[in-house]
Amino acid sequence: MIKLFEYLSLLIIPLFILFTVLYGTCKKVRVYDSFVAGAKEGPAIILKIFPYLLTIFVAIKGFQASGAFDILRDAFYSVFAFLDIPIEVVSMAIIKPLSGSASTALFTDIVQTTGADSMATHMSAVIMGSAETTFYVLAVYLGAVGIKKTRYLVPVCLVADFIGILVAVVVARWFF
Amino acid sequence: MICVSIVFAIFTGNLEAFTTSLFDGAKSAVEVSLYLLGIVSVWMGITRILEDSGLIYRIAHLFKPIICRLFKKIPGDHPSITAITLNVLANLFGLGNAATPLGIQAMQDLDSLNEDKGTITPEMMTFIVINTASIQLIPFSVIGILAGYGNSNPAAVVFPVLIATTISTLTALLVLAAFRRVFR
Repeated sequence: MIKLFEYLSLLIIPLFILFTVLYGTCKKVRVYDSFVAGAKEGPAIILKIFPYLLTIFVAIKGFQASGAFDILRDAFYSVFAFLDIPIEVVSMAIIKPLSGSASTALFTDIVQTTGADSMATHMSAVIMGSAETTFYVLAVYLGAVGIKKTRYLVPVCLVADFIGILVAVVVARWFF
Repeated sequence: MICVSIVFAIFTGNLEAFTTSLFDGAKSAVEVSLYLLGIVSVWMGITRILEDSGLIYRIAHLFKPIICRLFKKIPGDHPSITAITLNVLANLFGLGNAATPLGIQAMQDLDSLNEDKGTITPEMMTFIVINTASIQLIPFSVIGILAGYGNSNPAAVVFPVLIATTISTLTALLVLAAFRRVFR
């Protein structure tokens, strides 16, 4: 069932591109020229996004390396001790919104050290699947259109992330 | 955030690691940008074909009833409806490579409706909140890692993830609505 679904989702993009090109050809669009003209816009967009991405990446890496991350994690761990969440999961909860590659590395590490069937693994798996790298999304999407005044967007995302991770922990405990 | 990190680095004696990490961060920003440059350009090319053939307006028309319920201020048949729809679909199927360029496209289309450039619109906020809450039917990469390390039933994670992601997306939209009411 999962395998079939995975195959289908691998099929979507090729089919979509095939359909687009065929449809364009039927409508007598010069497909090659259109594609090239569109692709030309790519570099300008990335140039706009780059400074935002750079700022976020440098800030996040520095935050992890300076030891501030560990202190934040320990603070969260002691505050939410009554929920009985493994400390690995607290790390995961903080890392997931910040960095995609770091959270994948951490998840692999949790699976290796606590075992593939442990509660920490299950909770982290649900967080991995149900949360997104919020700051990356913010940097890329806001950078693409040069938005500087974000009003109350960042607090909304942080509150939503926090609730999302609590939900993930509760759901994981309920199922496993 | 950088200032806080520097202060902590001085206190914890992690100064050397901190400096290295700054250059690491700069390096990965360049790597990610180059990667995005490729896929964004490809999708921009495909989008241009969609536009020139008029298909983009047909898709927009098809999904207008659903999308316009969440994004009230988008005029009918606007190209942003297509970009938003395709982005949401790509997210649902876990196609991150396609979701990001389509999301960038959607933001640009939404910005064309923006009267006060540089300031975010409510539609952009809704769109970003949906994207940061992550909506994914099946987390293939997680299942892959679980299976790789001998989890007894990797597919068992699908249902909990689906429930968690549905609840978190709904609460994210509720939180946004609550903030919107307070900061009107």
